Amino acid sequence: MEMVNLKINNLPLSVKKGTRIIDAAKQIGIDIPHLCYFPDQEIKAHCRICVVEVKGSRKLLAACSTVCWEGMEVFTDTKKVRETQVGVLEMIMANHNVDCLACPRNQNCELQALCSRFNLVKPNMLHVYDTTPVQDDNPSLIRDMSKCIKCGRCVRACIESQGVAALTYSGRSENFAVTTAYKKPFEHTDCILCGQCSTVCPVGSIVEKDDTQKVWDALHDPQKHVIVQVAPSVRVALGDAFGLPKGSIVTGQMVTALRIIGFDRVFDTNFGADLTIMEEGHELLDRIQNGGKLPMITSCSPGWVNYMEKHHSDLLEYLSSSKSPQQMFGAISKSYYAQVAGIDPDNIVTVSVMPCVAKKYEAARPEMEADGHRDVDIVITTRELAKMIKYVGLDFPHMPESDFDSPLGIGSGAGAIFGNTGGVMEAALRTVAEAVTGETLGKIEFNAVRGNEGVREAVIPLGDTSIKVAIAHGLKNAETVVQMIENGTADYTFIEVMACPGGCIGGGGQPVNTTFQMKELRQDALYDIDENLPYRKSHENPDIIAVYDKFLGKPLSEKAHHLLHTHYHQQKKASSADTF
Amino acid sequence: MSKTVSFMTKNFGKYDIHSIDSYESIGGFDALRRAVTMTGFEIADRIAECGVKGRGGAAYDMGRKWHQAREIDQKEKVVVCNADEGEPCTFKDRALIENDPFRLIEAMIIAGYSIGAQNGYLYMREEYSHLRPLLLNAIAQAEEKGYLGKNILGVEGFDYQIHLQSGAGAYVCGEGTALVESIEGKSGRPRKKPPFIKQCGLFNLPTCVQNVESLCLVPSILLDDEKVYLTYGTEKSPGTKMISVGGNVKQPGAFEIPFGITLREIIYELAGGVSGNQDIRLIQLGGASGKVCGPDKLDTPYTYEDLAQAGLTVGSGAILVVDTRTSVMDFLRTTQAFFSHESCGQCTPCRGGNKQMKYLLEKVASGTHTAEDIKTMNKVIMIMQQASLCGLGESAENALCSAMKVFPEVFAVKEEIE
Repeated sequence: MEMVNLKINNLPLSVKKGTRIIDAAKQIGIDIPHLCYFPDQEIKAHCRICVVEVKGSRKLLAACSTVCWEGMEVFTDTKKVRETQVGVLEMIMANHNVDCLACPRNQNCELQALCSRFNLVKPNMLHVYDTTPVQDDNPSLIRDMSKCIKCGRCVRACIESQGVAALTYSGRSENFAVTTAYKKPFEHTDCILCGQCSTVCPVGSIVEKDDTQKVWDALHDPQKHVIVQVAPSVRVALGDAFGLPKGSIVTGQMVTALRIIGFDRVFDTNFGADLTIMEEGHELLDRIQNGGKLPMITSCSPGWVNYMEKHHSDLLEYLSSSKSPQQMFGAISKSYYAQVAGIDPDNIVTVSVMPCVAKKYEAARPEMEADGHRDVDIVITTRELAKMIKYVGLDFPHMPESDFDSPLGIGSGAGAIFGNTGGVMEAALRTVAEAVTGETLGKIEFNAVRGNEGVREAVIPLGDTSIKVAIAHGLKNAETVVQMIENGTADYTFIEVMACPGGCIGGGGQPVNTTFQMKELRQDALYDIDENLPYRKSHENPDIIAVYDKFLGKPLSEKAHHLLHTHYHQQKKASSADTF
Repeated sequence: MSKTVSFMTKNFGKYDIHSIDSYESIGGFDALRRAVTMTGFEIADRIAECGVKGRGGAAYDMGRKWHQAREIDQKEKVVVCNADEGEPCTFKDRALIENDPFRLIEAMIIAGYSIGAQNGYLYMREEYSHLRPLLLNAIAQAEEKGYLGKNILGVEGFDYQIHLQSGAGAYVCGEGTALVESIEGKSGRPRKKPPFIKQCGLFNLPTCVQNVESLCLVPSILLDDEKVYLTYGTEKSPGTKMISVGGNVKQPGAFEIPFGITLREIIYELAGGVSGNQDIRLIQLGGASGKVCGPDKLDTPYTYEDLAQAGLTVGSGAILVVDTRTSVMDFLRTTQAFFSHESCGQCTPCRGGNKQMKYLLEKVASGTHTAEDIKTMNKVIMIMQQASLCGLGESAENALCSAMKVFPEVFAVKEEIE
């Protein structure tokens, strides 16, 4: 490998050719301040707070975009560098609504951290900020332009990984701003509420809609029986909020914490995932055997469903009619569970903890109910759960571990890997393969569908025949597959799509600043969980067997259809026609 | 020394600008014929021998630029002619296009041949749209005659097309990377550098951007066997230069001058003196991003080296004369308003800096500023110059910066306010 020798603050070091100054400095323990720079995104070098002195250069150079060269001499700590960096910070603060105590990102804000580092109390400049009213018109996200520092990380997340481009830049000079099309509310734009923008925003300008107070209110209502379900990928990301190593598995601590917070029962969305596999797997078999619409595409990612409804409403029949694990769990909690536990479903409050902000939108869809009971009442994200744990004051890393409650607390390994790209596919194949052949799988893992390439395909033997499947994650990649369907080249039987890059472990409700590297650690953790569970196939989960035996009958039964399946409809998106 | 010369302007008024035949009858395309007998490096060397510096404002060694462009080993390359001419008071390129459109087309073809490009883009500011028919006609006729198209002048593999592109109305699009973004159909906002556009520019291809005047010099230089060009100017600033003189002068206009005549000669002889015979308050050189001087610098010769000595630059070739009817502060506020409007806004120093400066200048203008305000001004200027993403932010306060030195009394803090 070709190396380059340089000096940073007179310290000699060697870095790989192509390394940028900001990363070279990190290698020797120097943190160059940065705001618009985000590891997985295209580098734009807009914010200019990372400028450093380089010998021989007339101007200061941006450390995030400048590649090291042989013999380069960098100075990160001269008077000029400091004055400029602090000056840039001051200029940003001069246009920032400094309302830290009321900000959802208080103490978890990159701007605040830099002000603290550089001891900048208040800008000694004209202080004015954007007074556009806070956009709070959808169940998932809140946008507050008064805090926007115009770094463009949200725009790049929306364009580069999602290909949605609901956010873009408008105006120039002091009117330069991040905006939606025609400045419309998210729901009336191309936005599909995936929330990737909210995971990269360095400040509190785009945040999840905080529903924790609703949870507290329910918990404090003595009439209510409040139950909670936790999605598979929350347990491998929640630890981040408490300083644990990335990818730590904190299932046991999390269950204990939820009990202390006051939930009456703590259940597992992995159960819901297993139920989804039962329904979706048999739906697939039914479509194959009875000439249904193929390829069938998964529908458990609500961002993806929104995308199809907004952008490809002519292709909705390809989507599986099976509800997502969250919604299936919810429907069962108000029917089967109410019956088993002997509780009036009117008094049950079902809360979900999800790695996702689009799940808030999904739960609020009018059709997500049965017999007058909402499937899911309140959805909070991983980030909100971390806040609730901190509110109670728990020493989370040292919590004793405990198990989920019965009867919706057992999840199989197949349910656990739902959080990874390729996981739903693998879980479905484990069940479908055995249903087709009637034989037990020799090897449970389907390694061909694992990995992180944007679009993957594999041919899977099913008894005497075989099926071709595809997996896509991140909507930009999903669009590639959609185009194949549109032009008739998608010779697949089954396609898995997850809206967020990496799958739910990289969801829009996960702890902020999730990098690709962290996502891989979370993926490994979910595969670890799978490997160490007694049940690794959805149809072998005893709680699943019980719910079919006692309540649903069999997959795709009338009752199952009533409770566990849904339908899709076109959603309006941005158009210039209705602006003028 | 004669005050004006006709080196690159020698065709002005000499032919029918709508007719390629007329252009050919006075020796049009002879330079291209000469060029194809040379290699790209030889052409670059010829330009280098004449010491030509780019005439867009940055004054980069043009021979070296063409040499580097030729050197890049890539199949597809692009020539871009920057006719965005957005610096206020700059209109010398317009004069060149209006009076000799075929020369520019010929020069762009020579550039394409020299660096090995297949396409040339002529990016002309939207305000010059009245010149579009003239250029489109020139391009069409050149195509008809085979000066554009495939195997030009029988040179195997010399395929070249010229595309006329209209600007979209932003000053910053004169900046090379914003210009290529604009041609690509994106918002005109500069890109980070590196990569430099010479390696990765328009459509991610190696791109050689040249100003109209720089290009228009080339046909004359290639045919200048007697080295007449080098008889003009000074040792360090050889040759001739297009300038545009405007503001409070009796006869504003574009002139081709030999380097070395004084600002006084330019203003009082070429431009007929100050309108209303007023006294000069200040002179700004090189457009809104240029620096200013007082009338004490009138005897400075117009050369790169003498202007530098006087704290000035050639810049875009504009010379703006401001007489005593306008105050220094009004002039500076107008300049600031221009940049506060034209900053693209994507980088913090330029967006935030122009906003702060506009506010601070208003304070100075009203006389309510404090010593602290002056400190803040200097800090903001430093940040804009050092940390802006592109040249706009870097040069936006040039006028102010120089004015603070030339007219310190304007910025004096009033004691009673302190």
